[in-house]
Amino acid sequence: MNGASPNSPDAARLITPTMLIVWLLLATIPLWISRIGLYPYLGIEILIWSIYALSFNLVLGTAGLPSFGHGAFFGIGAYAFGLCQFNVSSNLWICLVVTTLAAAFAGALAALFISHRRGIYYAFMTIAFGQIFWTIAIKSHSITGGEDGLLKIARLPADFGFVSFDLKSNVSFYYFVLAVFVVIVIALWRLTHSPYGRVLSAIRQSETRAAHLGYKVWFYKASVFAISTGLSGLAGGLFAMAQLAAFPDVMSLHQSGYIVMMTLVGGGLVSFWGPVVGVFTFLIARDVIGAMTSAWMLWFGLLFIVIVLFKPEGIAGAFRSIVDSAKAKARHAQGMSALRLLFRS
Amino acid sequence: MALIEAKGVHVRFGDRVVLEEVDMSVLEKECHGIMGPNGAGKTTFFNVLTGRAKPTRGELFLDGENVAGLPPHRIARKGVARSFQIMTLFDEYTARDNVMVALPQFRDRGFDMRRAAAGDSHFKSEAEKVLADVGLADKADIRAKELPYGDRRALEIAVALAQKPRVLCLDEPTSGLGTDGVQRLLGLAQKLKGKLTMIVIEHDMSFLFSLADRISVLHWGQVVARGTPLQLQENPWVKRSNLGKFS
Repeated sequence: MNGASPNSPDAARLITPTMLIVWLLLATIPLWISRIGLYPYLGIEILIWSIYALSFNLVLGTAGLPSFGHGAFFGIGAYAFGLCQFNVSSNLWICLVVTTLAAAFAGALAALFISHRRGIYYAFMTIAFGQIFWTIAIKSHSITGGEDGLLKIARLPADFGFVSFDLKSNVSFYYFVLAVFVVIVIALWRLTHSPYGRVLSAIRQSETRAAHLGYKVWFYKASVFAISTGLSGLAGGLFAMAQLAAFPDVMSLHQSGYIVMMTLVGGGLVSFWGPVVGVFTFLIARDVIGAMTSAWMLWFGLLFIVIVLFKPEGIAGAFRSIVDSAKAKARHAQGMSALRLLFRS
Repeated sequence: MALIEAKGVHVRFGDRVVLEEVDMSVLEKECHGIMGPNGAGKTTFFNVLTGRAKPTRGELFLDGENVAGLPPHRIARKGVARSFQIMTLFDEYTARDNVMVALPQFRDRGFDMRRAAAGDSHFKSEAEKVLADVGLADKADIRAKELPYGDRRALEIAVALAQKPRVLCLDEPTSGLGTDGVQRLLGLAQKLKGKLTMIVIEHDMSFLFSLADRISVLHWGQVVARGTPLQLQENPWVKRSNLGKFS
């Protein structure tokens, strides 16, 4: 199951020790990222994609629904943020709420059509909807700017009434995205371990059984899809702020494929943190391998194949089995020393 | 009045008639057996009864209400629980969690996203009570996929019982069990008998004849014989067919 095992103490916690460590590490990134030859903007990208990947994994990892068109909702969020800023309000909070709701609404609309489907049919329907939204974005030139994108999106200040933060610099924006990341992590951790999360995970394991236990399966599938797309849209809104623009490219099928790859490589099927691990691996590989060769995707593709062949649980899964075997070794060593003590006396 | 009343239930898949004008009535608290050769339509009848298949025509009354064609979750909420011939458990969940998810109280909180499920000891103890009833009290923490076959069969029934059903439908509960397993299951079924309405599909004749109050025999989608086990032993059709060979 992706998350703490249901009976571990972490499952009932609002904030876990792992979360604190991850947040602390992330908070230090702007202090050293330039020194190792990378740049603060990469940190922003990693956090935004992490929010996106965690939201996506709610559908893929927790509920077991293969969605290959999630990019559409990330993109809808990006456009919604820009359009809201231009036409509705220049308040950051209003725009982020509108962004989330717009993507959730589009997700709910798609979910109405796909939630009665399973497996490959479900996957195909998500691709179809992704392509529909992507085409609309490209063709609605007067609204979205078509292939040129929606430009001149501003990083609105984070206004708390008594104090207002300017987010124009990459470092201050990084910390703003980190704050959103913290909230999303807490919310998704709790959701995954709530009764709702348990039901979703049960549906992943057997839709048939869940239905015969009285669960309205399609409604659970639709609701989690809407929640996931809404949060993906929120990530998209942040991405529009980061890029100062919204482009249709993120909605394309191959970009939707990236989020699936990140989540699987990281280990989203077995671990709550898997998607975040995957995003780190993917984006750092893009920059590091990409600096050496323009065919970096070839190497990442190979990594993907190797993982699927030898460690389908992803990097987080591999890490977990290393920890488990180390623990087993430690237990074994304890047992041996206990035996030695016995024989000595 | 019968608790379950099937009237002219007819199921067709394409040009294949699977159930033909099946009439069946099951009384409250009765244990009703269904037997018949492979492909007779027994499981399809269960599927109609639990909402998994829609009858092409015919009516199915549960406590006077026509439930034919309702989706599985609505029929389940009316108190009809089932086990599956091909085991359908939540394999990654522990035995306790399998049962917990099946509790109606848990289902009522299914959309609760704010509280941690693990924090609720009430569900845990409820689930453990049900596990104790089927003899799995000491296996609550074992994942379903790691349980031995016989225990998985018992867990199938525990999950159905956790729903606090009025009607319990068991689809070949002894399938794949050894003699010990069958005896254990028979003991469990006899304990449940009289407490709720049971409908049992079974190939194991001695199991069914020592358990059921009445039995319907399905063949080629039709009810060809019905009656108490004693009456059926004298039924010429049952005698002629190899179904009558029970020990």
